[in-house]
Amino acid sequence: MNERPPLTAKDLRSDQEVRWCPGCGDYAILAAVQGFLPELGLPRERLVFISGIGCAARFPYYVNVYGMHSIHGRAAPIASGLALSRPDLSVWVVTGDGDALSIGGNHLLHVLRRNVNVKILLFNNQVYGLTKGQYSPTSPLGQVTGPTPMGSIDRPLSPVSVALAAEATFVARTIDTDRAHLTETLRAASRHRGAAFVEILQNCNVYNDGAFDHVREHKEHRIALEQGKPVRFGAEGERGVRIGRGGGAEIVDVAEAGEEALLVHDAGSPEPESAFALGRLGYPAPGPLAVGVLRAIERPVYDDLMAAQIEGARRDEGEGRLDALLLAGDTWTVEPA
Amino acid sequence: MPKPVEQRDHVVIRFAGDSGDGMQLTGGRFTSETALLGNDLSTLPDFPAEIRAPAGSLPGVSGFQIHFSDHDILTPGDAPDVLVAMNPAALKTNVKTLPKGATVIVNTDAFTDRNLAKAGYAASPLEDGTLGEYRVQPVPLASLTLEALKEFDLTRREAERSKNMFALGLMSWLFSRPTEGTVAFLEKKFARRPEVAQANVKAFRAGYAFGETTEEFAVRYEVKPAKLPPGTYRNVTGNQALAMGLVAASVKSGLPLFLGAYPITPASGILEDLARRKAFGVRTFQAEDEIAAAGAALGASFGGALGVCTSSGPGVVLKAETVGLAVTLELPLLVLDIQRAGPSTGMPTKPEQADLLMVLFGRNAESPVPVLAPATPGHCFAMALEAARIALTYRTPVYLLSDAYLANGSEPWRLPDVAAIPEIPVRFAEGPNDGDRFLPYVRDAATLSRDWALPGTPGLEHRIGGLEKEDRTGNVSYDPDNHDRMVRLRARKVAGIEVPDLEVDDQEGARLLVLAWGGTYGPVAAAVRRVRRRGHAVAHAHLSYLNPFPRNLGEVLGRYERVLVPEMNLGQLAKLVRAEFLVDAISYNRVRGVPFTSAELADAIEGLA
Repeated sequence: MNERPPLTAKDLRSDQEVRWCPGCGDYAILAAVQGFLPELGLPRERLVFISGIGCAARFPYYVNVYGMHSIHGRAAPIASGLALSRPDLSVWVVTGDGDALSIGGNHLLHVLRRNVNVKILLFNNQVYGLTKGQYSPTSPLGQVTGPTPMGSIDRPLSPVSVALAAEATFVARTIDTDRAHLTETLRAASRHRGAAFVEILQNCNVYNDGAFDHVREHKEHRIALEQGKPVRFGAEGERGVRIGRGGGAEIVDVAEAGEEALLVHDAGSPEPESAFALGRLGYPAPGPLAVGVLRAIERPVYDDLMAAQIEGARRDEGEGRLDALLLAGDTWTVEPA
Repeated sequence: MPKPVEQRDHVVIRFAGDSGDGMQLTGGRFTSETALLGNDLSTLPDFPAEIRAPAGSLPGVSGFQIHFSDHDILTPGDAPDVLVAMNPAALKTNVKTLPKGATVIVNTDAFTDRNLAKAGYAASPLEDGTLGEYRVQPVPLASLTLEALKEFDLTRREAERSKNMFALGLMSWLFSRPTEGTVAFLEKKFARRPEVAQANVKAFRAGYAFGETTEEFAVRYEVKPAKLPPGTYRNVTGNQALAMGLVAASVKSGLPLFLGAYPITPASGILEDLARRKAFGVRTFQAEDEIAAAGAALGASFGGALGVCTSSGPGVVLKAETVGLAVTLELPLLVLDIQRAGPSTGMPTKPEQADLLMVLFGRNAESPVPVLAPATPGHCFAMALEAARIALTYRTPVYLLSDAYLANGSEPWRLPDVAAIPEIPVRFAEGPNDGDRFLPYVRDAATLSRDWALPGTPGLEHRIGGLEKEDRTGNVSYDPDNHDRMVRLRARKVAGIEVPDLEVDDQEGARLLVLAWGGTYGPVAAAVRRVRRRGHAVAHAHLSYLNPFPRNLGEVLGRYERVLVPEMNLGQLAKLVRAEFLVDAISYNRVRGVPFTSAELADAIEGLA
């Protein structure tokens, strides 16, 4: 058999015209994903993108692999069923803040706690774009939209807080326009066996322009996490994060607090407290935000556990035989008269 | 001296007691003994949704009825010949269905002032003459059990728990049942607690011996084996038969079975059964909710598994959107609806057949779905295979409508020859189907099913979704004519599904056709027999394919002056028959949460015959 040439980003473009609004952050994410996927070393046929409904959910149409654009909120269970029955595939879920955290909130919790081997990319733009600008479960308090003319009174969720609370084994945050950081985050997520959750801060330039400008435009507000290193940020690394007396993360001047007081980032910590504290920075009020891998731990993968039980049953009982199944239990025979 | 033995051609027994009295187990064991003896039989468990309603209360009564005979029978019997009542509440809830002259065996120990009051009796019915029309056999079941078990190191409470086995032993003697099976069953069930196993066996044998020696029972009865067609038989409930049918469909199609399910009465048994079939490669996934269960099954189907969901009405309604997605994706998906009484939570353990219009029409827009409905517990096996055949051949979701009566009721089932069950051929696309391209919505000319390429197949990468798609290419399309074409194609595909013609149990001179569907087969067929015995000509046909209907249905309907449609709903099939065939069908409807009796149906049929 001929060795197939390695994939390029171009191979991953489908023949469909991309129909997001000009200037949408989704374009940058699509380009970064198409640029990264060849690194996996998998042939195209083994890649599958599953989405729900929303702007982000159009993503699978544009990637020339297998894909399904499903129904609102339900990508996680559909992807779970596929991943569990086809361990040979690399299954990716593309979702948005409404899709994953409102209508699909329940599914997100459960795919994460089960640790199904799927990679979940949540494009968070803090607004419902496809339905023309209603407030989403991540919209800040007070946000004025069509249904909230006097401002939103719904307290927003932080996607990474939800993921960590749901026992996620891999949680990261990155930014649509930071190609290098986004690619590095995708790389880390793809290396993780189990459920990987990546929040991508994404700009909706039509309905919620500039929602993340405080980190997209102001790089000094990005708290870039590095494994095993004290958490520092700012133009000169002059600011840092320490765990305060109340247990939460707080931002300090390194010069004042001293480097030894800073939190040393450990994404592999068995308990998620420090990841949770870091994830809360900048929530709910805009402020410096942690980006990078908040949590990456090894735990048994649901797919493997399920497969092991099937193997075990076959080992103990032998391959199932239909005639034996029907004959199990009390049977009796009626002889021909 | 052995007691005289009377021959009976059929008997109906009802065991009734508190939810905690073990009546389902007792009935189940009596059924197994009866099956091994070779009688034809039919059973009807009847239990509350509450696991343990307050002891001694009326809502807490759990019953199990068995009808067994030396000839072919169709129903668990309209009314018991023998009622075993473990307490006053059990007597009170069941006595009104007893025909005059029936035997009532009562556990007199439970007829305390307190229990009588809980059941709403001002005075003991054993003493005030209210049971004058019945043959009452008082037996102090609890104290006899305690006496039999006094050598065991058990608390009074533990020992008394075996009184159901004492009752079973007594009934086994009274009806000349074989006992070895129950002894072996108890030893296996309590293998980890040998003293409990021995105590139960002792109570069972003591009950049997009590029958032999007491003067209360002057005769015993015998019901000879029935002359069933030759073959190997086992007793099955509808849920067991569905689970085996799904495994068979997996084996015969070569596709691994993936069950997505969320616990719901009366369907949970299928999930638990299939969870034990891992040696067949069966994957069971207890999802976080009904929607996820359907989604996971559909995701597995996308990957080439046989995706299945099992649920009941309140869960099935939540799956509607996913089923609509499967309609437009044109992927196989089996949805088993074990119907129960509704609306809303309704009566979870009670049967009804009122989900027909929901599964046919309960989705947005034009989204046709095939619908099947098994007729008897054993028939569930064949219909699970049929549902899979249709889903896989036509790439479509399929609904199968069982109900709580079929799910829990049982009958002897002649095992099919496994080798003779036809394979379910599934062809996956292996290469391009349009020059050098693969187009996912190119169709087979005969079945109109689309080409199905599994993820993992090189060169056939494609995207499918819930948006309307262009004919052949599957690309998103808002073109008006294309949409009209696709709507009609999907409808034609389902309308064109091959289903067997409707068979009519006709009779010379019949002017009335009784047309029923699904789980009412037994009582309707038994009622037709009765009416014929009374000298009337009547035809009977039973639908197991509700969408599409058998091709000959219109022609069959046209042959008769009158059509009677008995249903456990307010006339759903009748509405369809009227709409499709302009036939002025007459409805007979009872929605009481209990199966039809053949007596009531016979009266309704006779009035029109």
